[in-house]
Amino acid sequence: MPAVVRCRSAVCLLGRFPALAGVDLDASTGEIVLLTGANGAGKTTLLRLLAGLVPLYSGEAVVLDHDLAVDRKGARRDLALVGHETFCYDDLTVRENLRFAARAAARDVVEADAALERLGLTRQADVVHRRLSMGQRRRLAVAVALSRDPRLLLLDEPHAGLDAEGREFLDDVVSTAPSEHRTVLIASHELEHARELATREVVLTAGQAHLGPILEPEPHWEAS
Amino acid sequence: MNLWQEVRLVAGKDLRIEGRSRVTAQQIVPFGLIVLLLFAFALDPDRGILKRVAPGLFWVTVLLAALLAVSRSFAIEADNGARDGLRLSGLDGPALFLGKAAAIAVQLLALEVVLAATVVLVYGIELNTLLPLVLATLAATVGVAATGTLYGVLAAGVRVRETLVPVLLLPVVAPVLLGATRAWEAAIDGIPSDAWPWVALLAVFALLFTAIGMLAFGPLLEES
Repeated sequence: MPAVVRCRSAVCLLGRFPALAGVDLDASTGEIVLLTGANGAGKTTLLRLLAGLVPLYSGEAVVLDHDLAVDRKGARRDLALVGHETFCYDDLTVRENLRFAARAAARDVVEADAALERLGLTRQADVVHRRLSMGQRRRLAVAVALSRDPRLLLLDEPHAGLDAEGREFLDDVVSTAPSEHRTVLIASHELEHARELATREVVLTAGQAHLGPILEPEPHWEAS
Repeated sequence: MNLWQEVRLVAGKDLRIEGRSRVTAQQIVPFGLIVLLLFAFALDPDRGILKRVAPGLFWVTVLLAALLAVSRSFAIEADNGARDGLRLSGLDGPALFLGKAAAIAVQLLALEVVLAATVVLVYGIELNTLLPLVLATLAATVGVAATGTLYGVLAAGVRVRETLVPVLLLPVVAPVLLGATRAWEAAIDGIPSDAWPWVALLAVFALLFTAIGMLAFGPLLEES
């Protein structure tokens, strides 16, 4: 399987604080990797590093064949991050936000309309972002990511704030990722639920994570 | 997508947001009108002072209103992590710069039409020589929009953005105030030959800051 993510001793500083203090991580096409760890362990920073939003201080991090040490932007068109915020505009409708994201990533607006339907947002298509509920915003954030048809999907606590139906939609997106040749890295505290979806689990402890074997189909392995 | 399609996408997004929020129509234009009317109150129209200083007052008002437009342009990127969304979008720095500057320029041009009509009606001036006046206005507007976009992104990640932008921007656009005022004075006096050097200065300023903005916007957005 071709490598989508490869990190070796990756260090990332937030100010002077080493938010990542040596991360080893591999992820191949179609893998669903669960990132776990206590609050402040570095899960969000790792996802933001892989998205190119924070700089690599030392070590190695390669995403979709782009070395983040020299090119943080190269992989962005082929990845999507669902973070704590929606990355959307309050005064644009759901459909407009989705189409903007799709077109910016050089995708067809058909992808945006498909994402709208897949996340169950058809009824809210013409509602502006500021009028959405928290749960609807979380769905929209996932839909925005999907509208970019990413090869790498980075999910940071994606289940937070979602109702049962929203969780079903999200689980469908994650579980079908391998068949769509999409790699998923998912950071979550909802371990039981997320472990059912993941093909592998990596534990971050104080900004560190180490390589471990791929366990299938029961993936409840923790990095040493 | 090529550069111009990306520019149109970004400018279209900003103008759509503006059209829906109506900040320009309901706040920035009224602000400009109030400033012009306050000048009229302060400088008694009967004494003829207003006619002599009308070009300067017009451009001071435009610059003050431009500060609001620039702040607004970057305020919409501050909500919901939209600035990170823009970084992740895959759009190139020059396209983002030109798109945001174009949206600001369109808003400023609309504002200038309203303010120019007010100056003619309230200050009692006559616009005799239209060509240099129109070209000076276009060049000055592009210059202000380009400079505002550049300094807007520079201050985008700073908590005191609203107060920092005027301090950074106003000294830099002083040549625009000077050039546009002189060009307008020459045009109003019916001496177009006196206007052309100032139009040329404004064009050089606009080209210079457009070029700098295209080069610097991307890196500045990454660091904001």
